[in-house]
Amino acid sequence: MDFNLLIGGSAGQGIDTLGTLLEKVLQRSSYYLFTNKDYMSRIRGGHNFNQIRFGSKPIYSHKNALDAIVAFDETTVTEHLSRLKEGGKILLDESLKDEIDVSEDQVVYLPLKEGAKEVGNPKVFSVVFLGALIKALDLDLKIGKKILEKTFKEKLLEVNHKALIKGFEMDLNSWDLKKPENTDQRIMINSNEAIALGALAAGVTFYSAYPMTPSTSIMEFLAANQKKARIVVEQAEDEIAAINMAIGASYAGIRAMTGTSGGGFSLMAEALGLAGITETPLVVANVQRPGPATGFPTRTEQSDLSFILTASHGEISRMVTVMRTPEEAFYKTARAFNISEKYQTLVILMNDQYLADANQTIKPFDFSKIQIDRYIAGEEDLPKGDYQRYRFTEDGISPRIIPGKIPGKTVLADSDEHDENGNITESAEVRIKMMDKRMNKMKALAEEVEEPWFIGKENPEILLVGWGSTYGTLRETVEILQEEGHSIGALSFGDLYPLPTKVLKEKVQGAKKIINVEQNYTGQFAKLIRQETGIAFDHSILKYDGRQIALEELIESVKEVL
Amino acid sequence: MDQQNLFDCSEEKAWCPGCGNHGLLEGIKQALQELGKEPHQVVVASGIGQAAKLPHYIKANGFNGLHGRAIPPAVGIKIANPDLTVIIHSGDGDSYGEGGNHFLHNVRRNMDITHFVHDNQIYGLTKGQASPTSRPGHVTGIQTEGVILQPFNPIATAISLGCGFVARTFMGDREHMVEIMKAAIKHRGYALVDIFQPCVVFNKINTFKWYKDHVYKLEEDYDPGDKVAAFQKSLEFDDGIPIGIIYKEDRPPFLDTIEYLSEEKPLVDRDLDPKNAEEFMDQFY
Ligand SMILES: Cc1ncc(C[n+]2csc(CCOP(=O)(O)OP(=O)(O)O)c2C)c(N)n1
Ligand code: SF4
Ligand SMILES: [Mg+2]
Repeated sequence: MDFNLLIGGSAGQGIDTLGTLLEKVLQRSSYYLFTNKDYMSRIRGGHNFNQIRFGSKPIYSHKNALDAIVAFDETTVTEHLSRLKEGGKILLDESLKDEIDVSEDQVVYLPLKEGAKEVGNPKVFSVVFLGALIKALDLDLKIGKKILEKTFKEKLLEVNHKALIKGFEMDLNSWDLKKPENTDQRIMINSNEAIALGALAAGVTFYSAYPMTPSTSIMEFLAANQKKARIVVEQAEDEIAAINMAIGASYAGIRAMTGTSGGGFSLMAEALGLAGITETPLVVANVQRPGPATGFPTRTEQSDLSFILTASHGEISRMVTVMRTPEEAFYKTARAFNISEKYQTLVILMNDQYLADANQTIKPFDFSKIQIDRYIAGEEDLPKGDYQRYRFTEDGISPRIIPGKIPGKTVLADSDEHDENGNITESAEVRIKMMDKRMNKMKALAEEVEEPWFIGKENPEILLVGWGSTYGTLRETVEILQEEGHSIGALSFGDLYPLPTKVLKEKVQGAKKIINVEQNYTGQFAKLIRQETGIAFDHSILKYDGRQIALEELIESVKEVL
Repeated sequence: MDQQNLFDCSEEKAWCPGCGNHGLLEGIKQALQELGKEPHQVVVASGIGQAAKLPHYIKANGFNGLHGRAIPPAVGIKIANPDLTVIIHSGDGDSYGEGGNHFLHNVRRNMDITHFVHDNQIYGLTKGQASPTSRPGHVTGIQTEGVILQPFNPIATAISLGCGFVARTFMGDREHMVEIMKAAIKHRGYALVDIFQPCVVFNKINTFKWYKDHVYKLEEDYDPGDKVAAFQKSLEFDDGIPIGIIYKEDRPPFLDTIEYLSEEKPLVDRDLDPKNAEEFMDQFY
């Protein structure tokens, strides 16, 4: 069972309220869900929609074909009607009857406004709608009531309660939907929230950032919990300050983090190099949106990769990893802190608007799997005499101590090229040794990266290669095309740099055709693969309209090049 | 007097002979010693420029960061470990030009750090271009017809933004400078000290003698608590420049205002345990 529903309207009409409440009711009803948001960069008006795809098995992506359209206005109908499946239904208020031109059997008109008025508050329109949908989707009214109790208080609860019942009692047929069998408890979370939760689990006590969609929800989650977690979340004056504050905090010995989207990341570029040359551990999240400049503030793209790989002048070590699921976002964020401290290096977490705003129901995170490894030296680990922050050692990692904790030992970090003490040097010999020491970390990082996920059966003839948020769609595409008899598989990369190449080389060898699937114009990941391995793709499926490629689109695009 | 200072450091100084930075360095070492600090308890943060090389010449923790970005790492350091004494030494260009935005907003943020600006009214390291504090008419290799822009007034700006400690001093008057430095470090909150520091190579206008002739000490009965009077003082320049504590007001520093931290250990001393974060998953059920 797999049901796909769209809620659309203009900003400020209450589609988010309805969407959020309905998602919770579905979650509590043990359905698996995947939701995605398409919204404009405005607070009122325009056209926004949320899609909720739910079913009795895990769901990893959105798709186009709709079973139901929940319309707050006529634009929603005209915009999305072509995606409505045969037998699909549009639900909307009866007052829109004269403005909609669709066949009678496709529409269900409901007296929603009237209902809200009868309850005594036109603002509860969304909740009347919720009641109607609970009925239409054959859900339990009790669950709806419980969710309202968690959301509203006192008077507001009372009127919303009435609104819910009003909607539920409306005269409409229910879909015959298969009930979920697996009733394990699940959390519903998006990948930005999972990054933030991973950071908390990893012991982050300071997060500095400047608001920028679609990264802000990381900061929002941490800020909402800062009091309870006894941490500091600070809105910096700009992204340059944000990253420099995080670097200072990390130098001083805590786990600190910053996050932003492309424009802010551009501003951070110089400081990435500062983290690199000062060998300060640092974790930075970049939640991508379409660029350049301001681009599409609320939409999605995977076009920052080429930039991220080399951002900052000069050469530094870095690890770059992208999120594919919320689980991964949680565990990999925690891992990022260990790696950044182990090698005193930069780790960049990538995400994008699509996944950042996609709620998914998943198994709760296992906090016992998280380990905190700090790699901080104590006095006993140090030779006698003055402390040398950049001492040459056998494994290339200089013992790091916390400033202020060992009397007699002082820590000097320097953005100039420096000697072992951290003092400015112009020596060619020292320069070479320091560059080698810092860049050698790439070798160690290459041992840490994880191979991509492979989807499909052994040795497929057609191999799709993607990274990050396209994972779910690649997975389903392969499943469907395999069923149609194609020999097809896919690699979905999470760790991107240093590029893990073992599985890639294996799979490419057996394939007749390799196709990269990316949400950008220039095929940035294909470029990276070619740079690192010499492997060139036969075809590219590239999308750069700011909208995430949907299942049907990908299937069609693959078929075109078969 | 300069012998046997705990903060002495043998690193060879890359400053020109006669540069005002030498005396300034001796002054801060003296101030820290007299305050009873030990090197490991102090962090000296800086940006890039001649002034910003200071962390290399003092035995203390140091963070020599990027041009214009002296303040943000210092803020991060103080948030992580409030037990550290965090001071900043950077140039007028670094502090007011490239780093102007950080200056403005950190006056507002009021972190308990001390900012010593080596104000030589010129870009020293890059060989003599105008800085935000260069006076109109000052001819340089870039400002060939003389500086046109109105000079930045750090004192007036800081006062207007509600800075709790605003002072000016001259490195040529060691005693005065050291007293101001000590008072600034003791102040709880963000303290700005603009220190005249002659650049003997690139600023031929604002020389040692020029500063000596132009500065005057604030009158004994001057009240640094009077904001309007302080603002008036901050506007004096061409006919004599007041040195001393121009404005002082006690405001709770940033970390004190976060109530939930008051009972807690500094962030750097926290025991980290992933299990502690598990409760934050509850909101997703
Ligand atoms: C991003 C960046 N821009 C420019 C420079 C070049 N630069 C280094 S120091 C400096 C100005 C220094 O002036 P000031 O801060 O007054 O310090 P001084 O040398 O006078 O002590 C400039 C422009 C740089 N290092 N980084
Ligand atoms: S150039 Fe000026 S500021 Fe720089 S060291 Fe020489 S005298 Fe000092
Ligand atoms: Mg200067």
